[in-house]
Amino acid sequence: MLTILFDGVAYGMLLFILAVGLAVTMGLMNFINLAHGAFAMAGGYITVLLMQRLNVPFLVCLPLAFLGSALLGGVLERTLYRPLYHKSHLDQVLFSIGLVFMAVASVDYFVGSTQQIMQLPEWLKGRTEIGEGALMLGMGHYRLFIIAVCAALTVGLQYVLTKTRFGSRLRASVDDQRVAAGMGINVNIVFLSTFAFGSGLAGLGGALGAEVLGLDPSFPLKFMIYFLIVVAVGGTSSITGPLLAALLLGIADVAGKYYIPKLGAFIVYSLMIVILIWRPQGLFVRKGGK
Amino acid sequence: MTPANSSPAADSLLRVRRFRWWEPLFWLLAFVAPFALPSHALIINEIAIVALFALSLDLILGYTGIVSLGHAAFFGLGGYAAALFAKHVMPDPLVGLAVGIAAAAVLGALASLTIMRGTDLTRLMVTLGVGLVMLELANKLDWLTGGADGLQGVVMGPLLGRFDFDLYGRTAAWYSLTVLVVFFLIARRIVQSPFGATLKAIRDNRLRAMAIGIPVTVKLAQVYTLAAALAGAAGALLTQTTGFASLDLFEFHRSADVMLILVIGGVGWLYGGILGAIGFKLLQDVISSVTPQYWTFWIGLFLVVLVLVGRERLFRPWNWFRK
Repeated sequence: MLTILFDGVAYGMLLFILAVGLAVTMGLMNFINLAHGAFAMAGGYITVLLMQRLNVPFLVCLPLAFLGSALLGGVLERTLYRPLYHKSHLDQVLFSIGLVFMAVASVDYFVGSTQQIMQLPEWLKGRTEIGEGALMLGMGHYRLFIIAVCAALTVGLQYVLTKTRFGSRLRASVDDQRVAAGMGINVNIVFLSTFAFGSGLAGLGGALGAEVLGLDPSFPLKFMIYFLIVVAVGGTSSITGPLLAALLLGIADVAGKYYIPKLGAFIVYSLMIVILIWRPQGLFVRKGGK
Repeated sequence: MTPANSSPAADSLLRVRRFRWWEPLFWLLAFVAPFALPSHALIINEIAIVALFALSLDLILGYTGIVSLGHAAFFGLGGYAAALFAKHVMPDPLVGLAVGIAAAAVLGALASLTIMRGTDLTRLMVTLGVGLVMLELANKLDWLTGGADGLQGVVMGPLLGRFDFDLYGRTAAWYSLTVLVVFFLIARRIVQSPFGATLKAIRDNRLRAMAIGIPVTVKLAQVYTLAAALAGAAGALLTQTTGFASLDLFEFHRSADVMLILVIGGVGWLYGGILGAIGFKLLQDVISSVTPQYWTFWIGLFLVVLVLVGRERLFRPWNWFRK
């Protein structure tokens, strides 16, 4: 029981890190970016390839995965995404699906379509068990590590968004671009760095999650729906919404697959549909929000 | 003639409804094609099916402005329903087609509840969700659908009791083309009717449509059910003419492809889906004969360029230098 809960939380935290960048682009910049998973895949592949081919230690790979995906995100934002901010949602959907198709085929071409195996360092492989019987809590060390990293990132993110100057600039740019620009905020730079940071987080999530979620070229398509659920169900006006949604989704998914494996992902999808019919703007929306 | 009938507005409405000179020619060519190119009958059949699918998406995307990422749900359900009906009940194609249409229409009516509220994002999500739920169902109910192996051994009876489906696919091509033409005429009639006008009003401004007294939710439910029925017909045609139904019918790439097809041909124009289907299938044929494994890359590149350059400019190069 508790083990499932624990695994669900770890899974949810991972989903949150993967999806939070999407919450920013989709919710704040109002851009439907289905290609978010491609950045996560980039991070995952950076890590796996560095570890396999160059024997770079795992802990060094994580920041590299972040930087690599952030760079990729930044370049794409500047060149391809920015002209599309004011186009219709249909255009944005088509564009980002196109990016996903390209990413999937390119990875397939350069790395191969087989699932990549990730070799975790020894100190992350163990497992600790506390208690016994129905209340037994088994904690894989790697999942513990994921929870710790993601929790630290979440706290940091919340701090940046609410307490720093950059956070207030971002919120100002999002609420009203024209006024923010008039106040002397360089909206383009703010959006560029936010998009790059969000892509970097996705890459880091992909690197952390390669072992848990599995990594192959179909990754962006396979997990696209999960990112979207997190954002759509959580609402996009804060980061606590997506966090709670990600935790809910993680626990529901792990528990569902454990107790009723016959139904598979069916539960998660149905849950999402019901929630979205019930509250189309997401579960956790602040009053008076957009 | 009363003055009301000859007003400019009535004239322009009548002009829109008139058939253009090239339309009968186009359909005539389509029906001659399986004769003229007997070795290509299979691909003509496929094009007709995909065109019907795109036509159905156009009703909700082009004419009503609903971005749906889960249209394959109806396509797949229609396909499975027709295949199961042929396998377990009776092999008559036309009855099977009706069963497929009916099943998809019922699902469409239910799913129309999901598109009433919320923003584009919410609709995107719930339509995608409905598609995925159907995929999961088809995958998990393997006693009924054959699961991941697909549903084999669907044998169709002769069409109208006379025309057998042959290996070369000529009967199949004519069958699909006939169904396409029938539904095209119905769709054409619908979008030119007052009902079609209300749909366009909803697409252009939902709030204004409500304000002038259009019952928006009812109209949305109606058009969604109708589009689902057409998509179901396309799916039924596919499983009937190939004698096989698999999970592929529900896959996400089908929903994405059909959207691409429609955008290539032109959204909000009924011939758009048909021309897009021809273009897409030929493109697919050419690219996948060059690089069979990586053809999605080129489709992706095409999509990105299409959006960045803009459809208007991509297909009308003489507009490049015009502002």
